[in-house]
Amino acid sequence: MSTNEWPLWEVFIRSKQGLNHKHVGSLRAADSTMALDNARDVYTRRSEGISIWVVESNYVHANDPADADAYFEPSDTKIFRHPTFYEVHEGIKHM
Amino acid sequence: MRVLESVELEQKFQDKIDKEIKIEPNDWMPDAYRKTLIRQMSQHAHSEVVGMLPEANWITRAPNLRRKAVLLAKVQDEAGHGLYLYSATETLGADREATIDDLHSGKAKYSSIFNYPAVSWADIGAIGWLVDGAAIMNQVALCRCSYGPYARAMVKICKEESFHQRQGYELLTTLANGSPEQKQLAQEALNRFWWPALMMFGPNDDESPNSAQSMKWKIKRLSNDELRQNFIDATVPQAELIGLKVPDPNLKWNEETGHYDFSPINWDEFWQVVGGNGPCNKQRVDARRKAKENGLWVREAAMAFAEKRASRKSA
Repeated sequence: MSTNEWPLWEVFIRSKQGLNHKHVGSLRAADSTMALDNARDVYTRRSEGISIWVVESNYVHANDPADADAYFEPSDTKIFRHPTFYEVHEGIKHM
Repeated sequence: MRVLESVELEQKFQDKIDKEIKIEPNDWMPDAYRKTLIRQMSQHAHSEVVGMLPEANWITRAPNLRRKAVLLAKVQDEAGHGLYLYSATETLGADREATIDDLHSGKAKYSSIFNYPAVSWADIGAIGWLVDGAAIMNQVALCRCSYGPYARAMVKICKEESFHQRQGYELLTTLANGSPEQKQLAQEALNRFWWPALMMFGPNDDESPNSAQSMKWKIKRLSNDELRQNFIDATVPQAELIGLKVPDPNLKWNEETGHYDFSPINWDEFWQVVGGNGPCNKQRVDARRKAKENGLWVREAAMAFAEKRASRKSA
């Protein structure tokens, strides 16, 4: 094993103006400049992007998937947050 | 209690797989599923990287600038494919450098097709057409693999591979339409790569003991023999169209089955090459090992430079 392994980076790409950056994968690089250059060479060889973000993987925090059911329960049980929950009289327009 | 828990977890896991729900990196998974994937994905990554070697050998001798640019782009793609796959393997908690060291020590394998040399320019065509063609057959099925990061990497790879296959077929078509000597070169390349390409799908189904579990976990969607047959059915008409003859005296369209019949494969040769006795096994692994050793100072210098730049910023 190498004694001096480069850190891991997550790569996000904006495919075109007006769209959000989307996670596409990861890579290893010594610093952010190299991570950006490598991301360009690895993930945009066929015009897949016009803007790249790289974030060191250490800085990504995530919820625990094992607790996902309980964690997202409050949102699943509140169906009245959706417009289809409400009855609207026939003939009502623009609502 | 603990045993019960793990049985329950495993049942839940299999239910998800059966319902075609993808497994993502931090989800619970059986150890054996994780291990199987780490082995398969890292060996897939190694194959992409080792696969650069026979082709890179021809970059400086490509017959014109167009072919050279194409070959360079293809070899660069293979490096990218290796990287997507190493990254996807890391999501399972595998140490990237350790998996690479396993390749160098001989513990990990790679596709044995890359232990054959590319002795003529026509072989570059045969590799693109047959080797990438066989790889696509396999990888299209892997796009539906149950492990999310692997499936996503495969989608990206398949999009890129189709140019690899086409450039190879175009190269051989050009040779096949050329002088008698050029046509001969194309035919010889097909003769050399046909059987090794068929071996790429692995042993016959009844000789492939781990396949059943991989199918149950939906890592594998089609069996070795199914994939091989699909490849033969797709490729034979392509050879005929450019006037090349597939080197198998028993190859015949079977009206009843709707498939081509073909001769038995020489599995002795396959196991010899897998076991390290192919024409280029030693050369390939030596080249990879040297690349890592000779690149050590570059990796260290890049790290030192990054640290220096960071300390300047904070000062």
